[in-house]
Amino acid sequence: MRRMTWFNATSLSLGFAFLYLPMVILMIYSFNESKLVTVWAGFSTKWYGELLANTAFLDAAWVTLKVGFISSSLATVLGTMAAIVMVRAGRFRGRTAFSGMIYAPMVMPEVITGLSLLLLFISLGMDRGVFTIVLAHTTFAMCYVSVVVSSRLVSFDQSLEEAALDLGCSPFEAFRLVTLPIIAPAVISGWLLAFTLSLDDLVIASFTSGPSATTLPMKIWSSVRLGVSPEINALSTIMIVIVAVGVITASVISKRNVVRQRREEAEAAKLS
Amino acid sequence: MALDAFAPWEDPNAKPLIQFQNVTKRFGDFTAIDNLTVDIFEREFFALLGPSGCGKTTMMRMLAGFENPTEGNILLAGQNIAPIPPNKRAVNMMFQSYALFPHLSIWDNIAFGLKRDNLPKDQIAQRVDEMLRLTRMETFARRKPHQVSGGQRQRVALARSLAKAPKLLLLDEPLGALDKKLRQDTQFELMDIQEKTGTTFVIVTHDQEEAMTVASRVAVMDHGKIIQVSTPDVIYEAPNSTYVADFIGEVNLMRGKADPKGDTVQMHWAEGQPAIHGTGLEGITKGTEVHYAIRPEKVSISAEKPTDAANAVQGKVLDIAYLGNISTYHVELAGGQVIKAQTANNRRISRRAFTWEDPVWLSWTATAGVFLER
Amino acid sequence: MRRLLIAIPFLWLLALFIVPFLIVFKISLSDAAIAIPPYAPTLDLSEGWSGFKSFFAALDLENYIWLTEDALYWKAYLSSLKIAVISTVLTLLVGYPIAYGMARAPEEWRAMLFMLIILPFWTSFLIRVYSWMGILSQEGYLNQLLIWTGLISDPLVILNTNIAVYIGIVYTYLPFMILPIYASLERLDISLLEAAEDLGCSRLSAFWLVTMPLSKQGIIAGSFLVFIPTIGEFVIPSLLGGSRTLMIGKVLWEEFFSNRDWPVASAVAVVLLLILIIPIVLFQRNEQKQREAEQ
Repeated sequence: MRRMTWFNATSLSLGFAFLYLPMVILMIYSFNESKLVTVWAGFSTKWYGELLANTAFLDAAWVTLKVGFISSSLATVLGTMAAIVMVRAGRFRGRTAFSGMIYAPMVMPEVITGLSLLLLFISLGMDRGVFTIVLAHTTFAMCYVSVVVSSRLVSFDQSLEEAALDLGCSPFEAFRLVTLPIIAPAVISGWLLAFTLSLDDLVIASFTSGPSATTLPMKIWSSVRLGVSPEINALSTIMIVIVAVGVITASVISKRNVVRQRREEAEAAKLS
Repeated sequence: MALDAFAPWEDPNAKPLIQFQNVTKRFGDFTAIDNLTVDIFEREFFALLGPSGCGKTTMMRMLAGFENPTEGNILLAGQNIAPIPPNKRAVNMMFQSYALFPHLSIWDNIAFGLKRDNLPKDQIAQRVDEMLRLTRMETFARRKPHQVSGGQRQRVALARSLAKAPKLLLLDEPLGALDKKLRQDTQFELMDIQEKTGTTFVIVTHDQEEAMTVASRVAVMDHGKIIQVSTPDVIYEAPNSTYVADFIGEVNLMRGKADPKGDTVQMHWAEGQPAIHGTGLEGITKGTEVHYAIRPEKVSISAEKPTDAANAVQGKVLDIAYLGNISTYHVELAGGQVIKAQTANNRRISRRAFTWEDPVWLSWTATAGVFLER
Repeated sequence: MRRLLIAIPFLWLLALFIVPFLIVFKISLSDAAIAIPPYAPTLDLSEGWSGFKSFFAALDLENYIWLTEDALYWKAYLSSLKIAVISTVLTLLVGYPIAYGMARAPEEWRAMLFMLIILPFWTSFLIRVYSWMGILSQEGYLNQLLIWTGLISDPLVILNTNIAVYIGIVYTYLPFMILPIYASLERLDISLLEAAEDLGCSRLSAFWLVTMPLSKQGIIAGSFLVFIPTIGEFVIPSLLGGSRTLMIGKVLWEEFFSNRDWPVASAVAVVLLLILIIPIVLFQRNEQKQREAEQ
């Protein structure tokens, strides 16, 4: 495999350049003096100032965060339940239907999901707003959560649950005291995934929101329709930086944990 | 040995702790346990021995509550335990993989079962410390399972399963992951702890040496049935079938036709060989096909023909298995049959009396072996 | 207890996923109306059974017939399929070498490479598509670069054409293709390749005969994850495509928001769903097989 390395190195570098260059350019031009995004006129942070003064954007950001927290927490609970059912419940009537309903929303085009949910809310006579967006986001996010959690559950050692039962736990206690703490990292990644999907969603939010609730993606969309603008660049830069910091921190922490665990196991093995 | 004094299975008034009554367990088409009946008494160290798939683990899981019998009853202290879920039984299990909770310290692992009973804190602490002392793990109490060695994890698993002082402790291949030296030491520790705590132990193992070492009684299983249940010495010296004779230790098995002559029985088993003289098999009719089992260490090997042996045959040394302390001689008889004879190497190898291709005589007494009908 | 565990997510999905589809279907059979809601008939239970009957009598397949009559619709479906197929192939061609490079990288680097692939995925999709607007426009960075280096003299028209849509789709869906392929390549046992070379394969044929077939699972999973959502994609063709970029997601959105014709929009959705059923079922079956194989 040594000889392939130059090919690998090239494809990797080109690939990552392709992935990151657009974002880097975006970030650079957010500091552009001029309003014309494509012509560099000097360094300036004024667009950040204008962004922070723009109450429409700030309100939208607040709505988005609210919806994000509530829907991802609900989605995590429902998705974890679904994962337990898929992995542990064995055969039951309607299992194929259940499994179909769990995977389908992941690949369903958002226009269809959005349209169908809006029509549901209308036939029920519901006012559209934050509540309906939360319901919509919970529904499609729970499927992603269930995929993440069930893949962890599959590799989970069942004898730990049996030991808990053997020592006196009811099945729910065994889940709460033994299974949940151990699969917690997977549950947390499920929550983060649901949160990101909610924060990022444009189409479904557009269909299911009401006059009082505009989410950040919706606000960005209406601005972007009018053309490229440096304020959007500034907003994008802020969001990219927040995400980057989050992902890098999580990565570093997880790597450190793995290294520490391996070291402790090696030391313990030497003792025997 | 204490074995002689402790024999509740021979006492007609003794009430068994566990009773399997015509228990059958099926998984779909597969019958794991086939109409099994056995009693286990208090304070026994009872071993379930057999190859993989014989049903021993299924029996254990039924006792723990993770499976229920398809037919039949299992009684614990006279009560049918089938309706009682595993968390409510006075039974605890030591898992083969130890199943220690990785997110809890060793102290918390051992305390886990006690906390489920809502005992007062100081009582829990006292009991946990007791268990730590019993298994010599006091200094490791604050560590997590991955921070201690395999042998230490095994001790923690034992401590955790004994913490609630269960009536019955189930051990699922507890020593499988340990290396040989550690395994032997731990076997004696287990027996010690069992006697000290007075708990009834049921151990599942495929290692017959282990079963013979630790158990007060051994149940040899095959395909869902118990073939023989008895003390180790009886299993070894008086197996009830060729299956048991072959499963435990090494054995020579010969097949032939019975020929009762007064008190003794002869077996004609090969052309040109004298009949084997032995005892047992009351009331057997002449001509019935029987088996004869004799352990290699009971077969003497000599260069000269022995003068007054009940059984003596002549052959040539085919192979020698040298094990340091003993040697097993594979001797080929005139008709091609091979008999194993085992002796201690009480002389150095260079001064050994026999070597390959040497003509030798094998001999044994009339009571050295057993006749088996199946 | 077990029943409750199954029932809660089951009922939620039934109510918020299945029932809405039934409603879409019903509305696709209705007529547009100047009213709130903008369709008729609506189910009026106060009129009892006759209300029911007149409700069903007013439903018809008029909208579906309309879909077949106006060329816009079937052209849009076909165009969407075409764009989805081409995009999936392009994403595969770009994504496979990257996944391969990651799998062959030294052990210490893999975690970091994995993180670098995941990072764009966590970043807002809208922002990433938006960033291409600035690059591909006539005054954009790409044209600036090409003119500055003298490769071209007039700016290229890329934005608002299908080419921009392809670039956008590949860019956005790349992680979905890379991750499954990377997962299956990582599991590959290197000794298999060594055995192939030992038996006479060149590097290239060892790749073609051993590595590629064994990563088939990843390729299939990745392709489904790109193909199915792309058919109904809306944001990318709207921002990067032009008025001549026909995609059914755009058509549906415009029918709904611009024309306020909910029944036709619903009919468009139902037909799209019917087209997607086969790939979705195949995708589910593939996932099931994967999970069973792993267990």
